[in-house]
Amino acid sequence: MTSQSVTTAAAASSGPSRQTIFVGILLVLALAAPFAVYPVFLMKGLCFALFAAAFNLMLGYVGLLSFGHAMFFGWSAYITAHAAKEWGLTPEIAILLGTFCAAGLGAVVGWLAIRRQGIYFAMITLALAQLMYFVALQAPFTHGEDGIQGVPRGHLFGLIDLSDTMNMYYFVLAVFVLAILFLYRVVHSPFGQVLKAIRDNEPRAISLGYQVHRYKLIAFIISAGLSGMAGSVKSLVFQLASLADVHWHASGEVVLMTLLGGVGTIFGPTAGAYLVVTIQNYFASAGSWVTIIQGFIFVVCVLAFRAGIVGVFAPWLKKRGIEA
Amino acid sequence: MLKKALIGAVALTALTAAQAQAQYSENKIKIGVLTDLSGTYSDLAGKGAVLAAQMAVEDFGGKVNGVPVEIVSADHQNKADIASSIARKWYDAEGVDAIAELVTTAAAVAVREVSKEKGKIDLVSGAASTPLTNDKCSPTGFHWTYDTYALANGTANAVVKTGGKSWYFLTADYAFGHNLQAQTERVVKANGGEVKGAVKHPFPNSDFSSFLLQAQSSGAQIIGLANAGADTINAIKQAKEFGITQGGQSLAGLLVFITDVHSLGLETAQGMMLTTGYYWNRDDETRAWSKRWSAKMDGKMPSMVHAGTYSSVMHYLKALAAAKTDDGVKVADQMRALPIKDASGFAVNGKIRADGRMVHDMYLAQVKKPSESKGPWDYYNIVRTIPGDDAYQPLAESTCALVKK
Amino acid sequence: MMTLFGIPTAALFGQLLLGLINGAFYAMLSLGLALIFGLLNIINFSHGAQYMMGAFVAWLGLTYLGANYWVALALAPVIVAAFGIVLERTMLSRLYKLDHLYGLLLTFGLALIIEGFFRQLYGISGMPYAVPKELAGGWNLGFMYLPIYRAWVVFASLVLCVGTWLLIEKTKLGAYLRAATENPALVQAFGINVPVMITLTYGFGVALAAFAGVLAAPIYSVNPLMGSNLIIVVFAVVVIGGMGSIMGSIVTGFMLGILEGLTKVVYPEAAGTVIFMVMVIVLLIKPAGLFGKGA
Repeated sequence: MTSQSVTTAAAASSGPSRQTIFVGILLVLALAAPFAVYPVFLMKGLCFALFAAAFNLMLGYVGLLSFGHAMFFGWSAYITAHAAKEWGLTPEIAILLGTFCAAGLGAVVGWLAIRRQGIYFAMITLALAQLMYFVALQAPFTHGEDGIQGVPRGHLFGLIDLSDTMNMYYFVLAVFVLAILFLYRVVHSPFGQVLKAIRDNEPRAISLGYQVHRYKLIAFIISAGLSGMAGSVKSLVFQLASLADVHWHASGEVVLMTLLGGVGTIFGPTAGAYLVVTIQNYFASAGSWVTIIQGFIFVVCVLAFRAGIVGVFAPWLKKRGIEA
Repeated sequence: MLKKALIGAVALTALTAAQAQAQYSENKIKIGVLTDLSGTYSDLAGKGAVLAAQMAVEDFGGKVNGVPVEIVSADHQNKADIASSIARKWYDAEGVDAIAELVTTAAAVAVREVSKEKGKIDLVSGAASTPLTNDKCSPTGFHWTYDTYALANGTANAVVKTGGKSWYFLTADYAFGHNLQAQTERVVKANGGEVKGAVKHPFPNSDFSSFLLQAQSSGAQIIGLANAGADTINAIKQAKEFGITQGGQSLAGLLVFITDVHSLGLETAQGMMLTTGYYWNRDDETRAWSKRWSAKMDGKMPSMVHAGTYSSVMHYLKALAAAKTDDGVKVADQMRALPIKDASGFAVNGKIRADGRMVHDMYLAQVKKPSESKGPWDYYNIVRTIPGDDAYQPLAESTCALVKK
Repeated sequence: MMTLFGIPTAALFGQLLLGLINGAFYAMLSLGLALIFGLLNIINFSHGAQYMMGAFVAWLGLTYLGANYWVALALAPVIVAAFGIVLERTMLSRLYKLDHLYGLLLTFGLALIIEGFFRQLYGISGMPYAVPKELAGGWNLGFMYLPIYRAWVVFASLVLCVGTWLLIEKTKLGAYLRAATENPALVQAFGINVPVMITLTYGFGVALAAFAGVLAAPIYSVNPLMGSNLIIVVFAVVVIGGMGSIMGSIVTGFMLGILEGLTKVVYPEAAGTVIFMVMVIVLLIKPAGLFGKGA
């Protein structure tokens, strides 16, 4: 521990830290990417990366596996789609509205589910998500199987036309970066430290006087809200909100992305999300192969690769002062 | 990929300015067949539709004005979001010029939105709902094969006139089901019949027992099945299991394909009235084309969706040749101008209207008794031909913005 | 027409009867799940896929080997259980020392693989499987026509459920199983082969699922998604019944089937949701489940 802080201190004193350089490189790649890669694909990846990162807050840092996060992702998508299409709200307000609603839903669901641990928590979140799925199926404004289609991307702040793919991409990137920064701050704050303490040894945290339920609930609300934000952005990118976004398969996919990328790492979920989206893209015309491959990855990850892609490299990077 | 397209487009534009030769972007024509390859509708559309499109390209000579034509295909799994993202990717990044088939209304509407936005052509064959030629119409969008209005006009009309006055609906809970039910109700009421009620079932669904029970307890003479494909087949089979017909009620399949009759068997399906846009065994022309299709499809015979896909793709190719460009709007104009005729024998007396509806003769058919059938797939007696203008929604009633009132 | 609370009795009893049949499937499936969870502490997410495999083995047997329904009913559970045992030995057993969530994720992944594989081969429209001649036809009960096959389903599942309960609660084998999961080390010390007990338990749970699959084949049509449609509902049943309680899952399964049937008469659109609403209520009032013993 001490040798590491000496290294980072030494590195810090000689210009920007390795961490900053690492992040800087990623940022440059992200800014240049749409010129080489199909931007809609990149945006899809960013939305799911945000979803996975938000989910990771619960799994990696609080230690609770939620199997129902699709309800926040999907419902927020519906609300934003409806707001943009029927009420004509500008994109940033529509997204904020969706995020806020997702956080609200997260508060209710969290309050019901947080009392339980482990398997029970997973089961409750799954069942509540199913409840929300059926509500989505029946609610007239979601148009059931058809979904909300033809959602206008609108003008950001009333000025920037988001129908232009490049504008949309940079907007999505900006939202993503801000959200990740926020998550990073949460994780590295005193609040985040308490979360980790709860994950590692809840009884001890309670004995130290922490209101454990309150911490878990707040983390859940943040996780739900940001998952919602991801869903909202996605509905604007694809101009469509559908039942697939609230289906439990989507909940399973985000677990896959996080597991594959690396639970409890900052960039793991992003890596996992991009990998899964790439697989979906590549095998899109082959129908069921996507499911088989996803299942296969799940099995391999659980049996032999629990650290995930980034997780495998994390200790190596940490020694060089980079937190991934 | 995008950069190459941009450079190519610039070069091409420069060339166009100099000459009046046929110019197609990237010097290639790609037609995408977006269909259900593995689900509820995969038999009536699916692989057979992809084959039909390929046959159209081959029969046309494989090239338009010297430029090769390629067919690509994908499975939208009957989901709007998957259809939408495939369409978007095809148009943006893979140079697809037009998308054909598009069974399942939700998927068709999603692709219609994307196509309209990008000024590309969509040739809808499989989807049935009327919004495609009403509020969702598009200058580059075409509804080719059939629609719920024509089905209701054909089947419901015939059933009510032969005495089926009280109806109860079993409806697939999505746009198509609702639309088909609404159209049929209109016809039933216009003919003096009554609608006793309806129940919506999930799409897709395999257990209809509780819904059939509700239909039974309604006491209606006719149970209208406002669904299609595997849903219709399951509902009919289970109705038999529950002795519905013994109780005196009849089933009216509002959208039945020849593939459904094949699954059910003549024993179960005999006597059923249905409306279709195509029957393979109608005349020598249809027989010849269908046998060609059948040779590559294990001896099955084509449904109207398969024939419609062939016909729409063939007509698109002709329009491409005439327009000398793949610009959606110009090709669409040519499509509306050229007469519709092709080897499949589909689209008898066909013409395209301002709302994108391809109006053509429809046929009221009745399923043969097992003793009447002379061979495999010989299932229909064509009771009557319904001229296009009688079958389809009058143009004056369309809510399409392109129709000048 | 008589009415009860404003609903014609014919419709009411008809739907209740259908609900009972659905409940039979819920009971059988949640029984297998509860068994595996109660005794092994594994959430077997691939339970739905194994149910589907049972139906497919029956269909494959009929189509390619001419094996009739009764043969399938006897053999499919054995075949699928063998498959399940292989899964348990090669993969699941490695996870017993870890957090139970990994078992959930593994079985989820396996479910995806199995379902994707069958989907790739057979599409999703479903293969027809005829009701066996011996059970064809039905009885006209006045308020509805009850197909004999569906009555058989209720009967078979009741026999199976009660039989399993007796096996676990009242026999020596059952006692060993229960002891082995409470305190494996001690029971191993007594000379009982605990890993074999665990493997057999998993196999038996899977066999129950496959048996339910064969029973379902003539009614629900054999299609690769039949399991994934049911599995979430079954989880809810298990949670409501009490996650380790066998009697709990049996009773809850039937009760919820009936409740669903009732809902279909009164408010059909909510039929799918009502089970989850009950689950939320139960979790708020009695978190361990109706028959559960502590969370």
